Amino acid sequence: MGEKVFMQGNMALAEAAIRAGCKYYFGYPITPASEILEYYAEKMPEENGVFVQAETEVSASNMIAGVAAAGKRAMMATSGPGISLGAEAISFMCAAQLPAVLVNVMRPGPGDGDIVACQGDYFQAVKGAGHGDYNTIVLAPYSAQEMVDFAFEAFELAEKYRNPVMILSDGGLAKMMESVELPDRITPDIQFPWALTGAKNRSANVITTCAKSPKQWEEYNLVLQEKFKKMKDAEQKWESYKTEDADVIVVAFGISARIALSAVKMARENNMKVGMIRPITLWPFPEKAFKGLEDKYFFVTELNAGQMVEDVRLSVKDKEKVSFYGRLGGMTPTPKELYEKLIELYKEHKLDANI
Amino acid sequence: MKVVYKRPELLTDAHFSYCGGCGHGIINKLLAEIIEEEKLSEKAILVWPIGCSVYADQNFKVDSICALHGRAPSVGTGLKRALPENAVIVYQGDGDLVSEGMAEIMHAAIRGEKFSVIFVNNAIFGMTGGQMAPTTLLGQETTTSPYGRKVETSGYPVKMAELISNVQGCYFSERVYVNNPKNIMNAKKAIRKAIQYQMEGKGLSFVEVVSQCPTGWGVKPLDSLKMVETEMSKEYPLGVFKDMGVNGN
Ligand SMILES: Cc1ncc(C[n+]2csc(CCOP(=O)(O)OP(=O)(O)O)c2C)c(N)n1
Ligand code: SF4
Repeated sequence: MGEKVFMQGNMALAEAAIRAGCKYYFGYPITPASEILEYYAEKMPEENGVFVQAETEVSASNMIAGVAAAGKRAMMATSGPGISLGAEAISFMCAAQLPAVLVNVMRPGPGDGDIVACQGDYFQAVKGAGHGDYNTIVLAPYSAQEMVDFAFEAFELAEKYRNPVMILSDGGLAKMMESVELPDRITPDIQFPWALTGAKNRSANVITTCAKSPKQWEEYNLVLQEKFKKMKDAEQKWESYKTEDADVIVVAFGISARIALSAVKMARENNMKVGMIRPITLWPFPEKAFKGLEDKYFFVTELNAGQMVEDVRLSVKDKEKVSFYGRLGGMTPTPKELYEKLIELYKEHKLDANI
Repeated sequence: MKVVYKRPELLTDAHFSYCGGCGHGIINKLLAEIIEEEKLSEKAILVWPIGCSVYADQNFKVDSICALHGRAPSVGTGLKRALPENAVIVYQGDGDLVSEGMAEIMHAAIRGEKFSVIFVNNAIFGMTGGQMAPTTLLGQETTTSPYGRKVETSGYPVKMAELISNVQGCYFSERVYVNNPKNIMNAKKAIRKAIQYQMEGKGLSFVEVVSQCPTGWGVKPLDSLKMVETEMSKEYPLGVFKDMGVNGN
């Protein structure tokens, strides 16, 4: 059975990925993601795995594509600036239908920014950092335990759909020490008929993202779109907390959800009917979570200038009922700060409460 | 009757997508012959670049992937690390390797990646319509050096085979031509050697093939063959720039 340990978020993710059978790691140092790189550097020799410190994230992400093309599990972890450089490979892997896992431990941007917690890369992750019509599943952990669970899940999803999957963490979750239960290690049983292994006893396998003609390329794109639609239908994940009787529902993901949950509990203690939705998959966005909640007000909080809030507005009937509060540059709100915003909202909409 | 020449069985029936007189077709055919003769058809994995050889995957009955522009050495690194027993052959043009992918190829050599590289230097961007490459000759007219390449604005042509030979992780580096039968035979020897070294587990082996691009150079195919001797050879002489030999490591 699993093993209980006290671990830092980044390291929990790295250990879990190794236990999930990912023995190929390529990366480039960047705070706040470097512990994942260092963990792999230390562990790969004894695991008989491969660790390469690449010259750039451009190269590292294309190396991952190479391993994925060979049908094996590969991962790269970086922060927003590195994802910007790896973006071409994300587009490439989606087009080439290559499964791999990318981790973005977000830090405040734009530019070089800072190295603490932030969620400004939501658009980059969800709307696509690279070129062309593609989507990647984006998983947003909010605890060290979810780093572990999602490391396993990310590879399974990537292989199920032959598509890269991103884990969107941040500088806060990455550095937090928490108790986690590590699952037993697995040896993934993966034998892909499409993988490049040498054309032995079969015809040649070819992986290319070069169109043969507009007609052929439209047909191929439609195949990809069909796949993205399947993901959208089947993979939406979220957590709801006391939404049924709520007047106001807070929507937050990742580290913001931890702060928001404290604020929601403060509100409940003060007789305010506040609930919460925590999107776990950011793409596909869990629009199903909003079904049947048409009469509610929504309060979205993120560590950015308002990114996920756009997807919330698309998921509800009345956009006017969605409000937003965010902090920028690596600043984080306190639970009390959010609680006070909720009180303002109650007053503004004349909601009933003994406050 | 004795068969003295036949089309390599490794080639499919698909037509090559190259212009008449293009050096790529010759190099591709040599590659197919070598893979066949070395009995590597079940082990070979070709990494194609972005450039005129982008559709070559259709011509070979071996596993292949077409990497993004300049990134073939990175994809090759991933493949070779995952499949050390296979023969990973990275094929790149000069726009791909010297321009967009200089970091990737140099660092693959620095790490001593154990794959073979065929670098096709035709001193021009063929696929995109004949723009200047870092390998374009001084004075050479291209669509982006319409008055001829000038040192003041574009520097000097890059001599890749010499440059990479200075990297310790590079095991073998040779420059060859494919403009006449003798040179073609020598080119075949060099490419074979590069692949053999890989199968012996040696470091990165690099063959620069100076190749004619009659379309990009704006000349007749026969003249392009001559220009390899009269123009290209001044900047890009034949030579073995590094060979650590069968006993090196
Ligand atoms: C990122 C990116 N930039 C630019 C291009 C456009 N492009 C396609 S092929 C090519 C140059 C190819 O030249 P070379 O490598 O010399 O090969 P050749 O066609 O001469 O064989 C360029 C710039 C691209 N596909 N991707
Ligand atoms: S443009 Fe030049 S390199 Fe490209 S196929 Fe034609 S001759 Fe060959």
